[in-house]
Amino acid sequence: MNSPSTELTRRMAIYEQFHQISRWGDTFNGEDSPNTGSSTIVQVDIRPENKAEYISCEQVEPSRSDQETNKSTDKIQRRLAQNREAARKSRMRKKAYVQQLESSRLKLGQLEQELERARQQGIYISSASDTGYFGPSGTINSGITAFEMEYGHWVEEQNKQICELRSALQAHITDIELRILVESGLNHYCNLFRMKADAAKADVFYLISGIWRTSAERFFHWIGGFRPSELLNVVMPQIEPLTDQQHLEVCNLRQSSQQAEDALSQGIDKLQQNLAQSLAADLCSGNYRAQMAAAIDKLEALEGFVNQADHLRQQTLQQMARILTTRQAARGLLALGEYFHRLRALSSLWAARPREPA
Amino acid sequence: MNCQTGSWGYYMPTSRTTVGDPLERIERLASENAVVIFSISGCCMCHAIKRLFCGMGVNPTVYELDEDPRGKDMEKALMRLLGTSSPAVPVVFIGGKLVGKMDRVMASHINGTLVPLLKEAGALWL
Repeated sequence: MNSPSTELTRRMAIYEQFHQISRWGDTFNGEDSPNTGSSTIVQVDIRPENKAEYISCEQVEPSRSDQETNKSTDKIQRRLAQNREAARKSRMRKKAYVQQLESSRLKLGQLEQELERARQQGIYISSASDTGYFGPSGTINSGITAFEMEYGHWVEEQNKQICELRSALQAHITDIELRILVESGLNHYCNLFRMKADAAKADVFYLISGIWRTSAERFFHWIGGFRPSELLNVVMPQIEPLTDQQHLEVCNLRQSSQQAEDALSQGIDKLQQNLAQSLAADLCSGNYRAQMAAAIDKLEALEGFVNQADHLRQQTLQQMARILTTRQAARGLLALGEYFHRLRALSSLWAARPREPA
Repeated sequence: MNCQTGSWGYYMPTSRTTVGDPLERIERLASENAVVIFSISGCCMCHAIKRLFCGMGVNPTVYELDEDPRGKDMEKALMRLLGTSSPAVPVVFIGGKLVGKMDRVMASHINGTLVPLLKEAGALWL
């Protein structure tokens, strides 16, 4: 409720303040002091303390009656006061800037911690600025960095293919068209195994650790990936009905893949045993270097196991596709893709679930 | 007298001190039993392949090349035969014929050709 008179008074007050401050700026420019360069950029916020300062400046202004006699002293006084003022303002700005830097630094630290926590909980994070995987000596392992990027793309492509398969099956497209989708789906898995073979050469422990997968996937991790038997368990319920011949073949596949899986598991267990024995021998005495060299030799077998495990996964997939009709294979691939997608989603949900504050 | 037992790692040297071609020796040994595995005693992949056959109820004859005086030559011969650099083992022969290394054995098991091969060689009965 502004009556014209109060409005006018208000406007007058504002005008006076601006007028005074512009005079202040002029004074600075006139004095040509080094601190005044930034005075025109000084924030024009009318705070009580500023006003007080300003008023004190005002008070420094000589009254007209004394102007003649105290001119030079007053000028010096004024200049000193203005310098002090400018210096004070400069210190305040610096303080504000430093405070801003400090809080940004804290925030950055917090963000980095969050990122690390999220990574450990298996949310796949890929960013262009991410330097990827650091080897033991802090050097970047380019083979692993390349794999991380490629795997990110692989997952994206996989999700696309799942959607395509789903809509294709619902749309009742021809078998020939469906065949193309099935083939590309199988090829996509082949690509994954090829990528993994390269990564195994770069760092086999990276693959074995499963750090490249999400946390729920890692729970099921077996020699660098999913179990072939897991694959069959997921696909089986989706491909009914089966002919008798198919049923027999699927049973055989189940049995043979389980036997191969068990054999590789026993081989890996043996490797662990051998390695542990080799490291634990002569702990107090013994030739450290020779023992370490022997241990390194044993470890080299690990890459072979990861390759064989991937080979088994691939063979199982391909045999499955051979046994099934095109439509059944499509349903199987869809089920498999959807299953792993859900595992990945589960990892994210788990990490994001509301928890009681520590 | 030739003396070989069909169990793990037991190899009795033949009385004939043949300075023969290692490849010939391999082929001869391979033909003497239904399932023959050339292995190295510390090798874990060899252990895995032995467990695979065991799990199927097959009793393979195993030759540990590191326990054979001519093992090194045989290993080299196997590498040439397979066309791989290293390692040469484990290598499996069934019915005297070369099947291959772990990947070939697994592939043939998965695609269903291994069991008929074993039956044909008399290593498996229904």
